[in-house]
Amino acid sequence: MNLSNYRPTKDKISTYLPLGSFLIIISFFDILINTFFNLNITSFLTQKISYFFPLVIGFIGFYLIRIEFSGVKFLDKLNKNINSNNFNALLTLLILFIIIKSILPILNWFFFEANFVGNSKEDCTGDGACWVFIKVWFNRFMYGLYPDVEQWRVNTAFILLFGLVGIAFFVPQKIKKYFLIFLIFVYPFIGIKLLSGGSFGLTYVETAAWGGLSLTFIISAFAILFCFPIGVILALGRRSSLPAIRYISIGFIELWRGVPLITVLFMAAVMFPMFLPDGTFIDKLIRVLIAITLFEAAYMAEVVRGGLQALPKGQYEAAKSLGMGYWRMNALIILPQALKLVIPGIANTLLALVKDTPLIFVVGLMELAGMIGLAKTNPKWLGMAMEGYVFAGLVFWVICYAMSRYSQNLEKKLSTER
Amino acid sequence: MNFKQFISANKKPSILIPQAITVIALISVIIYFATNAQINMGNRGISFGFGFLNQEASFDIAFSLIEFDGSYSYGRAFLVGLLNTVLVSVIGIFFATIIGVIVGVSRLSDNYLIAKAAEWYVEIFRNIPLILQIFFWYFAALRALPSPENAINFYDISYLTIKGWYIPKFIWTNFNLFCYSIIAAFFSIYFFLKYAKKQREEFGRILPTATISILILILLPLISFFLLDVSLSFSYPELKQLSAASYTYENGVSIIPELMALALALSMYTATFIAENVRAGVLGVSKGQKEAAASIGLNKGQILKLVVMPQALRIIIPPTTNQYLNLTKNSSLAAAIAYPDMVLVFAKTALMQTGRAIEIISITMLTYLSLSITISIFMNWYNKKMAIKEK
Repeated sequence: MNLSNYRPTKDKISTYLPLGSFLIIISFFDILINTFFNLNITSFLTQKISYFFPLVIGFIGFYLIRIEFSGVKFLDKLNKNINSNNFNALLTLLILFIIIKSILPILNWFFFEANFVGNSKEDCTGDGACWVFIKVWFNRFMYGLYPDVEQWRVNTAFILLFGLVGIAFFVPQKIKKYFLIFLIFVYPFIGIKLLSGGSFGLTYVETAAWGGLSLTFIISAFAILFCFPIGVILALGRRSSLPAIRYISIGFIELWRGVPLITVLFMAAVMFPMFLPDGTFIDKLIRVLIAITLFEAAYMAEVVRGGLQALPKGQYEAAKSLGMGYWRMNALIILPQALKLVIPGIANTLLALVKDTPLIFVVGLMELAGMIGLAKTNPKWLGMAMEGYVFAGLVFWVICYAMSRYSQNLEKKLSTER
Repeated sequence: MNFKQFISANKKPSILIPQAITVIALISVIIYFATNAQINMGNRGISFGFGFLNQEASFDIAFSLIEFDGSYSYGRAFLVGLLNTVLVSVIGIFFATIIGVIVGVSRLSDNYLIAKAAEWYVEIFRNIPLILQIFFWYFAALRALPSPENAINFYDISYLTIKGWYIPKFIWTNFNLFCYSIIAAFFSIYFFLKYAKKQREEFGRILPTATISILILILLPLISFFLLDVSLSFSYPELKQLSAASYTYENGVSIIPELMALALALSMYTATFIAENVRAGVLGVSKGQKEAAASIGLNKGQILKLVVMPQALRIIIPPTTNQYLNLTKNSSLAAAIAYPDMVLVFAKTALMQTGRAIEIISITMLTYLSLSITISIFMNWYNKKMAIKEK
């Protein structure tokens, strides 16, 4: 008797395909019944065999339907993608079983057994998540300790910002320039004034009250705004032909890149006040902002340097032969090209910056992660850590995923252009 | 270039003046800060100096690899913190590499489901801030573990509880001899591989290197067990009742939840970046290389070992070392969940007690800085060594 006669081949497809499909269906049926109705249809087997039964049956099923050049389009595609050999078939089954097994508890926790209505912890009676916690604290998570009646100011500042950015995308090229100048040089002052108040009839809100997700955005926006020009200057300094400037730039960049952000924040919060004249006081938020800006500027400098190095020497020589000086050459010829080359790198640095902002809570600033820490230690809301951090994780994930997708698209678009 | 040449080369005012201005500005800022610091410290009655490192620390550290209690000095506390940082970094790097390589290779799998699953792993864990992942594991996931009396039991050998993970303690006799045998094994493998390479390159003889290496690695320590009187026994954790409702485990080694949460989050987060590096490295080896190798009669294993891997590693290793460095720097987030690493022990607790902000922050930053610089020097050396030597 020759075993190879029994191999699944095209001429035996009418026997093997139904048999294999049947076995696969049985194995998935077993798993589904087991997960959703908690029934074990193979309880007549011993426990261990019953446990591996769907895997074995499914594996045999996949073996039987692995028919090369079967002529059935769907089957060929299936075999090529998830069933190309025994090992792949096993992995496919394992992955599918894990997904089926884990999807139900996750969905239960998120939706079916979760509580959405109510306004105190006692309203959470189900086994799932207590989204009431997020609902009650939502305002705090967004605005921190900012006074309720003044929150329209935060909203206005952000709506204004997004509105301006949105309009800047659509207005004709000629006006766009003025829009950008307004956004970069005028808007920050308007925004700060709006948030902190103290004049124009707005009540003063101290920075210690700022917090929540809006603080994350404020810090990210300012750090992005300032770290970019500083980074460009540092990159130019590192490529400078003047040794003193070059070594100072290298030292500065490597110093920031060599230490963790958390020590930089500690430095800004604890050590920096020692360096100021007695009696002067700089707001903690501003100190932290400067620290983050300098930290990210060092990373930005390295990205920009990559672009500067990638430019062919001819560009520099051509600019010089036109009689351009150093600054005109860089501003008009070198930087526009170099920056375009490293747009994906810049986007990645900005993404890292946004991901780094939750760290500011170690020096006592209450952005989203900090507010959740505060809320979960509230005696009325103990034991809500899971909901809080899952919520924060989702919020940040959506922001960062959107940013990384955007930068990947940008990368693709720019690489095809060249 | 000596100093005279340097001066004459920089004599032109357009070159000299900007440099002079920068240097003078920098120096004056430093002097300004230094004088302010001196005045401030004078007002508080402290003087700059590192003598405090010898003072008694008088605080306790929850988890340390070397002996420590309140009677030891601040210098010793710094060492404890440094060792804890190294510990969590090494654990994190180990698991990040394993997960990263598996996920990176999975992303290239021709199995659609595997590739997709790996891709989603990367997309999910890369785009959530590390600090939130650490919080999630520490405050949410590990807090859901049972209390000691209802511990999750792994075959009566180790127990997972809310207070930590209790594993058996290794009790060695003649541990030194065992270490020597391991070192001897590595040396003999090194020389054997050298010999095998020579055989392959000069005579075309292929020796079963992998099998023999593993055999050496098993045999030499075994010899040390049987001939040199090395022995190993375990001290298993045992449940002990402290009071009516309070239990703990004794006689084992306890891995505290802070360490677990930190190691988990660090390795899962860094693994996503390593996975991308691995993927880029394997994709970076051109198909022609594999085809050329196959056409001169190498088999699949040899192609992977002799042609694909050396080229892929050249692409993979530099960015991966960078990720290892990032992981080490990120381990400073330990301060957020009270794992006693360098930042928490030294830059937080010791700073709070002594008030010596400048000295302590400088020491902490310098330690990280010297670590980074050491690794980047090594990286430059490695890149130079591995760079394709073109004729």
